[in-house]
Amino acid sequence: MSYFELMGFGPKGWGWPMLMAAGMTVAVASTGFLIGAILGSLIAWAKLSRSFVARAFADGYTTVLRGIPDLLVIYLFYFGGSALLSSIGQLFGGSGGFVSVPAFAVGALAIGVISAAYQAEVFRGAYTALARGEVEAAKSVGMHTLLMFRRIIAPQVLRYAIPGLGNVWQLALKESALISVTGLVELLRQSAIGSGSTYKPFSFYFTAAMLYLVITTVSTWGFQRAEDYSMRGLRRA
Amino acid sequence: MDLAFMAETFVKLLEGVPLTLKLAFSSVALGAAIAMLLALMRMSGLAALDWSARGYVFVFRGTPLLVQMFLIYYGLGQFRPTLQELGVWWFFREPYWCAVTALTLNTAAYASEIIRGGLQAVPFAQVEAARACGMSGFLLFRRIVFPIAVRQALPGYGSELILMVKATSLASIITMMEVTGIAHKLISQTFRAVEIFICAGAIYLILNFLVTRAVMALEWWLSPHLRGAPQARPSLQPAHA
Repeated sequence: MSYFELMGFGPKGWGWPMLMAAGMTVAVASTGFLIGAILGSLIAWAKLSRSFVARAFADGYTTVLRGIPDLLVIYLFYFGGSALLSSIGQLFGGSGGFVSVPAFAVGALAIGVISAAYQAEVFRGAYTALARGEVEAAKSVGMHTLLMFRRIIAPQVLRYAIPGLGNVWQLALKESALISVTGLVELLRQSAIGSGSTYKPFSFYFTAAMLYLVITTVSTWGFQRAEDYSMRGLRRA
Repeated sequence: MDLAFMAETFVKLLEGVPLTLKLAFSSVALGAAIAMLLALMRMSGLAALDWSARGYVFVFRGTPLLVQMFLIYYGLGQFRPTLQELGVWWFFREPYWCAVTALTLNTAAYASEIIRGGLQAVPFAQVEAARACGMSGFLLFRRIVFPIAVRQALPGYGSELILMVKATSLASIITMMEVTGIAHKLISQTFRAVEIFICAGAIYLILNFLVTRAVMALEWWLSPHLRGAPQARPSLQPAHA
């Protein structure tokens, strides 16, 4: 069977499963990225706060999560989550055996927690790029904190954060390949399944690599478009 | 939290440190050499060399490291008869060499961009001054361009080193028993994920802390021009003998 027949959309082709798996990769990576955006902005807020405890916690969080391998974090969530679930199960009279956790949830959460550490730094950097006068002006016209955040801070921080967020998104996308260890059928897992049943591992992993390239290229283009759009009102040197 | 169990785990995990370091060191050293070559190809001004280096960087930075590792370790098995004929199968059969190859090729792509940035940041006046003194070609590169480029690329390269220490953990997926591999084995034996995670995490944090300190020391050593002038010692000689 030729490569194109193997990866085609015919009755024996693996085209559809591979494309579906690519969709799963994008889904788990983007869910994780969104969780990371929410967590990351909270941590950036803690980093910028006046409270010593909040700053120490946030600094510890970013140092630890950027300093240890992502795979360890995924193992922690996968095995730790199942241990937690089985002990809860025992509480309600279960057998206490291995309870498997939903792989998608674990994967998205693990990517989110790691991505948050990187996004926090991006948001913090973007906030410091914001001109002081903007906040002062908002206060002087009587905006309270939440309104100022929504109208003044968030839109501009997001503008400065886009290039950095693009990098973090690429990291999240590549991290999603590690989620295959939990059994979630994303691109890498699907390739392993395919090569197991056809004995053509190179064809499958090569296709996976090409699909990852397509996803990263499209997202680079997308982030460039977003950056151009967000900067449309600014004069640049 | 069971301290006796954690101490025992920590000792067991320490046994994986030599392999982690071996993987990191060999791939960083080999990767730096390839990266230098790629950076020079990008700056050669020859379209063929330039674009093949661009393509290399694009492919290796655009795909996950784990995919590259699987492509080498599992994927090349598809061509086993050919590789056996060529007499290189012993190399690609070993998970260790496959892990080193994948890590090396991956870091070369990232590091080449960092080195290129450093080379491009060398002020042209430095090159002009060197030419004025009669240096050219390799001597100019060795004495002037390279040292300045290394100094400027060092902060970026430091983060790449930390990424590499972390990346060695992926070798555990292709059966290498380094720190993460041992951690995974212990977790699936005991199901005490939190304690083992803390121990393994601490080991990586210590390793990365040492790496950052070493890079900072190297940066300090390479930038004497940024340090203040040494304090002039007050002379103790009598003014009149």
